[in-house]
Amino acid sequence: MHPYSRRTTRRRLLLGGAALAASVALPDVLFAHTGGSARLVVVVLRGALDGLAAVPPYADPAYAGLHRELAIFAPGVADGALALDGSFGLHPSLGFLHQRYLAGELVVFHAVASPYRDRSHFDGQNVLENGLAKPLGSADGWLNRALAALPRGAGQPGERAVAISQNVPLILRGDAPVISKSPQTAPDVDEELLSRLADLYSRDDWFSARLTEAVQTEKLADDGGSPADAPAMRPGGGADRVSGAARMAATLMRSLGGPEVAVIEASGWDTHANQGGAKGALAQRLNGLDNALRALADELGPLWPQTAVLVVTEFGRTAAMNGTRGTDHGTGGCAFLAGGAVRGGRVIADWPGLSRAALLDNRDLRPTLDLRSVFKAVLDEHLRVDARSLATRIFPDSSGARPLQGLIRA
Amino acid sequence: MQAEIAVLRFGLGARPGDLAAAQAEPRAWLMAQLKGAAPLAVNTALAPSEQIFTELLAARERLQDEKREAAAQRAAPDATGAAAFNPVRDAYLPHYRAQVLARAQSAALTTRPFAERLVHFWTNHFAVSADKGAVIGIAGTLENEAIRPHVDGRFIDLLAAVEQHPAMIAFLDNQNSVGKDSELARLAARRGPDKPKREFGINENLAREILELHTLGVNGGYTQADVTTFAQIITGWSIGGGKGRLAGGTPGQFYFRDNLHEPGPKNFLGKTYYQSGRRQGEAVLADLAVHPATARFIATKLVRHFVADDPPPAAVERVARVFIKTGGDLPRVYGALIEAPEAWDADMRKFKTPEDFVFSTLRALSATPQKPEEVVRAFELLGQRQYTPGSPAGWPDTAKSWDGSDALLRRVLWASRVAGRYEQGQDPADLALSCLGAYARPETVTALRRASSASQGLTLLLMSPEFQRR
Repeated sequence: MHPYSRRTTRRRLLLGGAALAASVALPDVLFAHTGGSARLVVVVLRGALDGLAAVPPYADPAYAGLHRELAIFAPGVADGALALDGSFGLHPSLGFLHQRYLAGELVVFHAVASPYRDRSHFDGQNVLENGLAKPLGSADGWLNRALAALPRGAGQPGERAVAISQNVPLILRGDAPVISKSPQTAPDVDEELLSRLADLYSRDDWFSARLTEAVQTEKLADDGGSPADAPAMRPGGGADRVSGAARMAATLMRSLGGPEVAVIEASGWDTHANQGGAKGALAQRLNGLDNALRALADELGPLWPQTAVLVVTEFGRTAAMNGTRGTDHGTGGCAFLAGGAVRGGRVIADWPGLSRAALLDNRDLRPTLDLRSVFKAVLDEHLRVDARSLATRIFPDSSGARPLQGLIRA
Repeated sequence: MQAEIAVLRFGLGARPGDLAAAQAEPRAWLMAQLKGAAPLAVNTALAPSEQIFTELLAARERLQDEKREAAAQRAAPDATGAAAFNPVRDAYLPHYRAQVLARAQSAALTTRPFAERLVHFWTNHFAVSADKGAVIGIAGTLENEAIRPHVDGRFIDLLAAVEQHPAMIAFLDNQNSVGKDSELARLAARRGPDKPKREFGINENLAREILELHTLGVNGGYTQADVTTFAQIITGWSIGGGKGRLAGGTPGQFYFRDNLHEPGPKNFLGKTYYQSGRRQGEAVLADLAVHPATARFIATKLVRHFVADDPPPAAVERVARVFIKTGGDLPRVYGALIEAPEAWDADMRKFKTPEDFVFSTLRALSATPQKPEEVVRAFELLGQRQYTPGSPAGWPDTAKSWDGSDALLRRVLWASRVAGRYEQGQDPADLALSCLGAYARPETVTALRRASSASQGLTLLLMSPEFQRR
């Protein structure tokens, strides 16, 4: 017989248990209000979204011939694009984004790319997230470096950003503390166990820090409403999962002392085969993204007017359809900036054209705008990050990418 | 400490008794699992790709028949009958679940844990992802049929087996990639003006990932033109069991479709390949397999997996040299890894992935899962659903990709569930000593002795820093 009795109390993880409070010390100021400061959500689309399908350049004479059955027709016909400015439209699955455009809350960028010019997803994502001109050379992300340069708000301690993910993606990794939280029913963990675990970790800083963060994040989620309301993650879940993540981000941001910055990831954009046009595989993904953005706006509610949502991907896809009714890895693509804080209703595109001579390497949409010009503008105008930090620490060697002006409402 | 390192870092964690077995000669204990040993047997309890694929095709036929029949009778779709039948779910998914269970059982029970870890390493290197519908039922057969038999052989044989496995072909979309001057494309172009024209072309997905992820690495010195040419070279690498012009071959087996292949010599990476048909691609693979860039790329990944997230350059160099010298003789490559002094640093520098954590837990508790749900749900909770890394790059192999605070809490949750199930007859403090040996910290042992229940003690053991690292 072992000397243990079988008595454990299991309840939802709550702070306030004396043992826990003693071992996982929380700063008192954690639950202070952040007031009316700006909120930023970055949605990273992994796998390379086809910008020529999401934002069809239907007026370009070469478009339909290259994109073939994947092309989206001009507005006004069945399954046609949702009209933007006379040259570009939105994919018909992006109804919510289109409403935001009409309401003056969406900027659409086209022929945009990070400085990366090869065609590896993984290097491409590294450049998108590390803020450098090359895939390696930084273990932290530009958004994390930006956090360190944020003006101090009304007494926020600790974590000012959350990754809606079990683990922190590169864009948010770095010295500034961040939290990670993923949408699933809140774990039912024994409080006494956590307290003993905190003791066990007391001489291991690495584990200790993570446990403290985990406990704090649980507390935030409890305050903000139950994330268990969000649809549970489904195996292989695509669309629902992104909506769940969006709701969770909004819930956390709305809670007292909640983060001002959130990162959401959505995968499944690597459409090498059977991509589809107005309907089909990519259309469903886009619809899922559109629903997730709607859910985000709904849940943010009163915070929406002070929110900007940046939607980006690692690169675009080939201008021509490939041999399996899909598209291969390309370069230039699209990006979105939506939100109540955004001075929108505009397409920003210095369109290079899709003629043979205009294409990059005879295959890709040629980028004419550096994504870092967008990132810098949002960090500057929205989050009030100073110009010096932007040009040096956050985006080193980016003098060629000058920040755009006037993306955010004054 | 050397026995502990052999068992915990190179193996899959200790079952009670493992540390004693490795005590006398830790290096020999590792090498005996490879050199001279019989190749790791294919798990014959699992259905082969051909059978799984045939079942899927039959299930699709059945669905079509049922739909046609319903349409003929103008019957309303019956929610409990034909419409409720789903070929992927009903014919494909059970195989996925059986494969996940078998994998966990092997990991829990094997007496060759180093070889088994290497199987896992290569499965992740040659990743396919079962979140693509076409791959769900055959992701595990790639590991079983292409990786297991070659894990202790030559890299070229492993590479060829993987790139010609139906799961890889389907995952990276090569089965319908068609050369512009192939027989099929030329026939289509000659069709009468009244017939609908279909144009054909290549899909460069598999070619790019072979170069970037399986052999040379992203900085391996190839260009976009090389990617496109390589894609042409492997046009026709397909899967048997199609219809019409795509008839031929055995369903679920690699099948070379000559009529899709782009004919003629091709210039790739500065060399002209004159072989015809399937042999052209195989000649390219043979060159890629012994390329110095491949050697360095594989060596870097091996050292990262076994030594540290930032692979020490001296160890990488040592392993790469042996890879080049032996033309990719894998047991000798692994031997070089074992001889690297950096690999025996007492500091545990690898944070366990969820996979490491689950398998080492099963071994520590002498637990063998009996139902697929036990393992499937564990990996869902912990964020590493088996065979679904989501991308062809595989799961990340560094701590920063797994060390989120949310992920830690999920580990606590799973550890406490498993501890509750297996607490019977366990003494956590004794278990700590028998499965962590010299790595068990005195304060951990003390905490385990003071735990308020066996189940709580086991949870603390599984969540201790020394159990979470290797």
